[in-house]
Amino acid sequence: MRLATPLKNLDRELARFHGRLKVGAAFVALLAAALLARAFYLQIMQQEHYIERAESNRISLVPAAPHRGLILDRNGRILAENYSAYTLELTRAQTGNLDATLAEVGKLVEITPGQLRRFRRLLSESHEFETVPLKSKLTDEEVAILAAHRYRLPGVEVKARLFRNYQAGPGMAHVLGFIGRINDRDLKQLRETGREQNYRGSVHIGKTGLEQSYETLLHGRTGFDQMETDASGRAVRMLSRIPPVPGKDLRLHLDVELQAVAEHAFGDYLGGLVALDPNTGGVLALVSKPGFDPNLFVDGIDPETWKSLNESPERPMVNRVLRGIYPPGSTIKPLMALAGLELGVRKASDSIDDPGYFSLPNSRHRFRDWKAGGHGMVDLRKSISQSCDTYYYKLAVDMGIDRMHDYLAQFGLGEKTGIDLEGESSGLLPSREWKQRRWKQPWYPGETVIAGIGQGYHLTTPLQLAVATAMLANGGRRIEPRLVQAVRDPLAHTWQSIPGRERGRLAITPEHLDVVREGMMDVLRPGGTAAASAAGASYTSAGKTGTAQVVGIKQGARYDASRLARQHRDHALFIAYAPAENPTIVVAVMVENGGSGSGTAAPVARAVFDYYLTGKRPGSMQLEADLAAD
Amino acid sequence: MPRTSHWILRRLSHLDGILLLLVLLLLGISLAVVASASGQSPARITGHLINMGLALGVMVVIANIPPHLLSKVGPPLYVAGVVLLIGVALFGEIRNGSRRWLNLGFMAFQPSELLKLALPLMLAWYFQRNEGLLRAKHFLAGAILLLVPFLLILRQPDLGTALMIGASGFYLLFFAGLPWKVILGGGVLGGAALPVMWGLMHDYQQRRVLTLLDPSSDPLGAGYHIIQSTIAIGSGGLFGKGWMQGTQTQLDFIPERTTDFVFAVFGEEFGYVGAIFLVGLYLAIVVRGLVIAARAPTLFGRLMAATLSLNLFTYAFVNMGMVSGILPVVGVPLPLMSYGGTALITLLLGMGIVMSVATHRQLNKT
Repeated sequence: MRLATPLKNLDRELARFHGRLKVGAAFVALLAAALLARAFYLQIMQQEHYIERAESNRISLVPAAPHRGLILDRNGRILAENYSAYTLELTRAQTGNLDATLAEVGKLVEITPGQLRRFRRLLSESHEFETVPLKSKLTDEEVAILAAHRYRLPGVEVKARLFRNYQAGPGMAHVLGFIGRINDRDLKQLRETGREQNYRGSVHIGKTGLEQSYETLLHGRTGFDQMETDASGRAVRMLSRIPPVPGKDLRLHLDVELQAVAEHAFGDYLGGLVALDPNTGGVLALVSKPGFDPNLFVDGIDPETWKSLNESPERPMVNRVLRGIYPPGSTIKPLMALAGLELGVRKASDSIDDPGYFSLPNSRHRFRDWKAGGHGMVDLRKSISQSCDTYYYKLAVDMGIDRMHDYLAQFGLGEKTGIDLEGESSGLLPSREWKQRRWKQPWYPGETVIAGIGQGYHLTTPLQLAVATAMLANGGRRIEPRLVQAVRDPLAHTWQSIPGRERGRLAITPEHLDVVREGMMDVLRPGGTAAASAAGASYTSAGKTGTAQVVGIKQGARYDASRLARQHRDHALFIAYAPAENPTIVVAVMVENGGSGSGTAAPVARAVFDYYLTGKRPGSMQLEADLAAD
Repeated sequence: MPRTSHWILRRLSHLDGILLLLVLLLLGISLAVVASASGQSPARITGHLINMGLALGVMVVIANIPPHLLSKVGPPLYVAGVVLLIGVALFGEIRNGSRRWLNLGFMAFQPSELLKLALPLMLAWYFQRNEGLLRAKHFLAGAILLLVPFLLILRQPDLGTALMIGASGFYLLFFAGLPWKVILGGGVLGGAALPVMWGLMHDYQQRRVLTLLDPSSDPLGAGYHIIQSTIAIGSGGLFGKGWMQGTQTQLDFIPERTTDFVFAVFGEEFGYVGAIFLVGLYLAIVVRGLVIAARAPTLFGRLMAATLSLNLFTYAFVNMGMVSGILPVVGVPLPLMSYGGTALITLLLGMGIVMSVATHRQLNKT
């Protein structure tokens, strides 16, 4: 029994072994099936997904930023252009100890406190993997020093960047605006408008002015280089390339020389001026004094400078032509006169005997004329040339606020003009309905009286006054002011002009318009309120003076509260066009605290007309130019 | 000269033709894939050829040694291996956080490599000695012989190698006739012990398991390998991108692509068709090994042939499973495919043993 057991066991063990071999084979088959099932899943079922992922591994898109379009004045002078410069940039995520790195960099190149402040501010607005400029426009020497020390400064890079240069100076800042670094708010907006992809290679975006309103045209289309890259991100070869499409160049109606003449004509005064071509709506000059240096903003402004600009009592960042709202004062009188004629409330020959004041029936209150004792017998033409208040007090009452509002509205008062710049104010053309809505109060007859001379609730921008004046000059066509006259594809080299736009045409009886125009010409003839400023001109012109009261007007007070205590003088206004017979230029001038329209505003218009119509510069400016040439 | 060639022929007659053909096929594929993966680096290709030559030489030598002599190597090799493992635990060098290496002065050596063959040899020798008398106590003794090196390697810690060596020991016990109730009972116990095992695992081991379950949780760290290799395999599609055309391979996206991740290169360049062929080759080797085992005259031969065949396939399975993302990343090369001399020599040494079993038919009673 005991001897037999091993042998029997041997047979049993062998049989069992063969059974186990089969189990082993089955086990192996199972494992093989699992592997092939997995491979089937990856290679057959998910093939497309993985091919896509392999491709996105392999291919990286490197954005190529387009060149921004240039901005030229009407004569082709460059106002905004690009230049390439080296900048010193830091990437927070790679620098390690930031303060140590900054200290180290500071030993190599000079970093001003302003640059450091600006850097800190930009840093706080950026993600830590973004590169933030510390110093731009490096000299060749600085580039060489930094390149030599780069190996021990991780996260510090010298990059060639495109910048914008506004060589026309502060005077053009309110027209051109500026570009600045794309911030979170810009990015959000780009995302919402589906333009984010187009800005993948861009650092800057238009923030204000034309740079903002023509951003889409100026920016161009970002190109992409499709690169094959290895796992470490090194480009192996270029697969394909979609070249960037450069932005369009803009040509303005504006003449920088005229702009300079106008700015110079303001002298020490602040204020705003806009000159339009009454036929096309082209903006020939647009001055808002003071200006500022737009170049400060291109690569991020340092907080101190920004604070001083933003908090300056002179408000250099406010475009007075678009956003300054003032009572139109007497400049509204030609429009009132036309309204009286057109609505049949007055005939040109109707005269009043002006005692120097006006009273409403059943009222002892006297609305005074600016001239004590009055102007005597005044007809419509004289009411304009002498700026007779009494005439318009009475006219306004006879017309009534409702008809006044409806007629003046046709000149665009109280409405945005639609200029190709953003941030325009709409001003205010008062009406019964407006007062009820805004103040929950009825309209009082006394308010109609002062509305007749452009005071009270009236608020207009210089631009609105210019458009209304242009309608008088061109016979009722309500033109839309345009800065840009043509657009050029830099590759095609041909300018494509942008036609002027009209908001509508107001039918005006020619005889009525002629009388008003005559009145406005009288303003500049001997005996008129602004006769002095037209003396000796080789062309005829027509205009109207005005003053915007600074004291006692709520809306006006809010605009410039800080100056009120010092400066109580009124803002001087003047609207004009020339030549009177066939107008080619219209201006609206506002001189802050200039006192009277005839004294300070009209001479500015004269200087603009002189240069535009005859090429003559103001004597003092000519002298400066001669000195500079020597 | 005729005598020399005669001698060579006799030596070669101890090779198993089918197994040799399969091995050479795999080595040929390996050469092509390593050439592509290394960017046709002459150094890599030459090194690979030298390794292959050495390993094939070792295989021929071993195939010529009769199994009964081979079995005698088992106990001393096993004892030496265990002693070295203890030595590692006491004096070993720490690399990458685990104590696996023994510095022999002229070279660093992993004793756990030795156990890959020493353990099956030892167990097969032991069961051969007790052939026909196998009882529970023999299996118990076998289990202890298995557990000693297993636990020592686990402590290093080297979970992957411990499991592979444990598997080879288990296969041998299984083929020796380990009762099913013990296997199933052990399986249940093992399942219950999993949570405990998890608790005992090192951080990096837990992380490897976790990234296996969700590679995207750590795309730049531990998950990167798996993500890139599955992308490579998946993008290969049915026929692959072609030899030396795999973008994942050629642009360096696959890490360790000549060694542990060589299957990703293969899958990308040769596709599903290639994968079927490769798995088929491994299956053929196993089937041939099992046939040899079935025909082997001694228990030692049967156990060794069956265990080594199954073991080779297990390595292949674990490697391909890890590269294609169904098993955790454990540092196991793909048998006969990955670049690397030690693994290749160990594997062909094993194949040499199988061939020796196949070609030494006569019973050499001891």
